[in-house]
Amino acid sequence: MTFEIITLYAVSFCLVVGAIFTLVGAIGLLKFNDSMTRLHAPTKVGTMGVGSLLLASILYNGVFGGGAIHELLVMGLLFITAPISANFIAKVNMHLSACDPLPDLPEDEEWATLDTPASEPALTKEIIERS
Amino acid sequence: MTLATEIMNYSVILAFVIVGLCQLMSMVRVVIGPSTGDRILALDTMVVNAIGLVVLMGLAQGTRVYFEVSLIIAMLGFVSTVAYARFVLRGDIIE
Repeated sequence: MTFEIITLYAVSFCLVVGAIFTLVGAIGLLKFNDSMTRLHAPTKVGTMGVGSLLLASILYNGVFGGGAIHELLVMGLLFITAPISANFIAKVNMHLSACDPLPDLPEDEEWATLDTPASEPALTKEIIERS
Repeated sequence: MTLATEIMNYSVILAFVIVGLCQLMSMVRVVIGPSTGDRILALDTMVVNAIGLVVLMGLAQGTRVYFEVSLIIAMLGFVSTVAYARFVLRGDIIE
C-alpha cells in the first residue's frame, strides 16, 4: 500500500515536471526573436518534457498495470531522432539565410549545406575513368 | 479516494491543460512564422506535443492501447520533418 502511494506521488511529480518543460519549450518557441534562437527551445520539449510524461506512464503501468516498459521504445526513438531533425532545421535556416551571415571558410571551400552537389554525368565519368 | 490518487488526477488534468496550451502556442508559431524553418520547427514541436497528449490520454483512461499510437506518431513525425527539410534544401525529397 505504501509502495503504491509513493508511486502515485512519483507519477504526479513526473507529470508536473513534463508539463513545465513543455510549457517552457512552447514559450521559447513563441517569444524568441531569431530563427536559430527559436531552434534552441523546443528541443527541451522532445527530451525532458515528453520524456517525463513517458516516465510517468512507465511508472504507473509498471506498478498498476502488470509491468511493461513499451514506452522506452518511444522514448528512445524521440531521443535519437530529436538531434537529427534539429540539425536538419538548422541546415534549412542556413540555407534560407534566416540566421546571422556565416563566417568565411579559410580555404577555398564552401559550407557543406550551401554547396551544390557535383553534377551526375561528371561523377559517373570520373568513376569510369578510375576503373 | 485517497489523497495520492486525488493529487495524481489533478496533475493529469494540469498536464492536459498545459500541453494543450503548448499545442496552441506552437500553432500560432506555424501561422506567424517568418521563415520556412520556423514553420517546420513548429510542426515538429506540435508532433511531439501530440505524443505527449496521447500518452496522457492513456494515463487518464488507464488503458495501454495508446502506446502503438504514440510510437507511430513519433516515427511519422520524424520522417515528415526530414522530408520537409529535404524538400527545402534540395528541392526534391528522394533524389
